Amino acid sequence: MEPNTTIDAKGLACPQPILKTKKAIKDMESGEVLELHATDKGAQSDVTAWAKAGGHELLDHTEDNGVYTFWIQKG
Amino acid sequence: MTEAKKTTIVLFSGDYDKAMAAYIIANGAAAYDHEVTIFHTFWGLNALRKPEKQSVAKGKLEAMFAKIMPRGAERMGLSNMNFLGLGPKLIKKVMKKHNAVPLPELIDMAREQDVRLIGCTMTMDLLGLDEKELRDDIEYAGVAAYLGEASEGNVNLFI
Repeated sequence: MEPNTTIDAKGLACPQPILKTKKAIKDMESGEVLELHATDKGAQSDVTAWAKAGGHELLDHTEDNGVYTFWIQKG
Repeated sequence: MTEAKKTTIVLFSGDYDKAMAAYIIANGAAAYDHEVTIFHTFWGLNALRKPEKQSVAKGKLEAMFAKIMPRGAERMGLSNMNFLGLGPKLIKKVMKKHNAVPLPELIDMAREQDVRLIGCTMTMDLLGLDEKELRDDIEYAGVAAYLGEASEGNVNLFI
């Protein structure tokens, strides 16, 4: 998946990954895809809930060695 | 999008850890596009104090209060394991290790996200706190303003 924007939130604690995501999404166009990297264990639930509430689509997410990657399409 | 949801928080506590929880929720709610308001009353007002001493003419009792209470978020104690001030030092060390945001920065982040910070004027009078001693970017109100916001609030917390 080719993202339009990539955010590195690895090593950052709550609430920073969500704040960074929100900031990035704000500047994107509807339909564009954001790739987010995070290591906060709460990020999986956080990103899922936040995307749903904001009308964005969580296209996919993976976990590799403690690094979570999310692809979010702006709604 | 539909009308923005609202989150209101009453920050009564002057404890570093409780204020941190309040400000993390406030920042999170702002990221959820909520309109967020934090009402600071009693000891929670200390989170809004400027770290520098301000010259304000006060009565003896008020001056004593001002001296005993922490000047700003950075100087606040913990609700648990404060250990005469050693606790906050330890937790700040651990926070750094885990890349958690310190309270003063959480407050700045909240303002950057347009979270409204409100000082309760009645308790400011009780504690002898003057507007000059508090952050410049805050508003002042009383219980009616709080209820006005809270009755429309989707999330209302008292911390």
